[in-house]
Amino acid sequence: MTYAFGLDTFGDRNADTDGKPLSHAQTIRNVVDEGVFAEQAGVDFFGIGEHHTGYFPMPAGDVALAAIAARTERIRLGSAVTVLSSDDPVRVFQRYSTLNAISSGRAEVILGRGSSIESFPLFGYDLADYEELFEEKAALFAELLKGGPVTWAGKTRAPLFNQDVVPHTESGPFPVWIGVGGNPQSVIRAARLGFSLALAIIGGPPARFAAYSQLFQRALEKFGRPPLPVLVHSPGHVAASDEQAKAEFWPRWREIITLIAPERGFAIPAEEDFDRETGPHGALYVGSPETVAQKIATNLRALDATRFDLKYGMPGLTHEQLMTNIELYGSKVIPRVRELLG
Amino acid sequence: MTGPDRIAVLGAGHVGPVIARLAIKAGYPVAIATSGDPEDIALIAELMIPGAQPRWASDAVAGADIVVLAIPLHRFGEIDPGLLRGKLVVDAMNYWPASEGTLQAFEHGGSSEIVARLLTGSTGSTVVKALNHIGYHELEDRARPPGDPDRRALGVAGDDAAAVATIAGLADRIGYDPVRLDGLRAGRVLEPGGPVFGAVLPLAEFERAVRQDARSLA
Repeated sequence: MTYAFGLDTFGDRNADTDGKPLSHAQTIRNVVDEGVFAEQAGVDFFGIGEHHTGYFPMPAGDVALAAIAARTERIRLGSAVTVLSSDDPVRVFQRYSTLNAISSGRAEVILGRGSSIESFPLFGYDLADYEELFEEKAALFAELLKGGPVTWAGKTRAPLFNQDVVPHTESGPFPVWIGVGGNPQSVIRAARLGFSLALAIIGGPPARFAAYSQLFQRALEKFGRPPLPVLVHSPGHVAASDEQAKAEFWPRWREIITLIAPERGFAIPAEEDFDRETGPHGALYVGSPETVAQKIATNLRALDATRFDLKYGMPGLTHEQLMTNIELYGSKVIPRVRELLG
Repeated sequence: MTGPDRIAVLGAGHVGPVIARLAIKAGYPVAIATSGDPEDIALIAELMIPGAQPRWASDAVAGADIVVLAIPLHRFGEIDPGLLRGKLVVDAMNYWPASEGTLQAFEHGGSSEIVARLLTGSTGSTVVKALNHIGYHELEDRARPPGDPDRRALGVAGDDAAAVATIAGLADRIGYDPVRLDGLRAGRVLEPGGPVFGAVLPLAEFERAVRQDARSLA
């Protein structure tokens, strides 16, 4: 079995060592440096999730990915996720096929809603239309990905007639995943469209997602498609010791969950919630390289997945803490997981 | 009738399968349906809700004593109220503009009161608000048998005491200490923005949080 290991960021706004927030611009430059460093550390994939807020000032991740592409050779680069419902599938295809050109075939896209809903009012979409927008746009994206002229009509954008959409890719479609947070019907949709499955597990026991992975492979069979890979995306933080990783991450995690609690329906987390989530049956990968590696190996096995993407960072952590996280993830966690998985 | 109540769960998204699994585990016969062909959810039922019967919505409801609404609230309008005639309806939906957008029809008043108005007037169905305030990702994980020290509370609100008692029994059997709230209006404390929404509290803390909330005194 071939496994791959990625890092994802939402452009979490950095702080300096005194806790003072850095500018959006400096945070974005730091993300570019982090992506370049991820390749040096031995990471296989670097993903940037679309967000539109002061604490995640990262609405144009593809631009940052292009900068990383220009300074790297091997690491794969993609969105994590692209909020397709409030975007234009033609533009998304064009941006990522441009990234694919710049990076000589290293682009990927994860389509989804992610945790962000702020793009809907920003671009004039109604959240109540989410399902219809996603269904229609994902289907169009699948058509665009095939290459060649596209003829399409629907309710969510202007029709296309025998339209040549450029730039063409050099070697067929780039990898596309659909991000799923817990809706089994989204799993069926990914299989129907022939996209791979990205399981976003950000709270609760990861093992409950095993059924989603199984559902995906069975649905692919039903639609007459070959097996496709499953990836797991989860938040975490790696530091020299469990104690240090938790001490750095906990206040920042509490802050961000408290901030988004009203729109996501989360309760304000107590320290016992954090301990549960960072424990063996929780969704957070926070700890020493050994702790994090054990948890990744266990869950990749349990979920029959072949890629793990660690969503590193949190608003308020320093760039130096993130670079240490990346260094440890690449040099210690990834080799250890590969060893554990044989 | 004899035997446990038969349950129809409408919705096979985030929430429906979780409620269906808990009900099956508690010994209820469960049918699950969406707005479409049961064939579309056959795999979901087989792999994720073993024991549940995928049905057309009309068939699932016709054969049920309790109907659980586990669909996004903005799709509630697509349900034919006549379908729910005379049924005990559990409203597990939420009006949650921050997450799902604004719906004019639900801007004023408690969402289950509005659901009840839209249903009961014409059809005589009985609406109980429950299973809406604990997140779908936690509802299964936090369920505990009676007497377990780690057991948590689940709010059950309705205007019809017998219906509330039935659903309180359901809450108990799936693994929660039921807290009966007298009237759908009192159930506003269970809604987004309320003191127990998204929280998974032990009985005493739940009762304290509800008591202190102005909404329950209104």
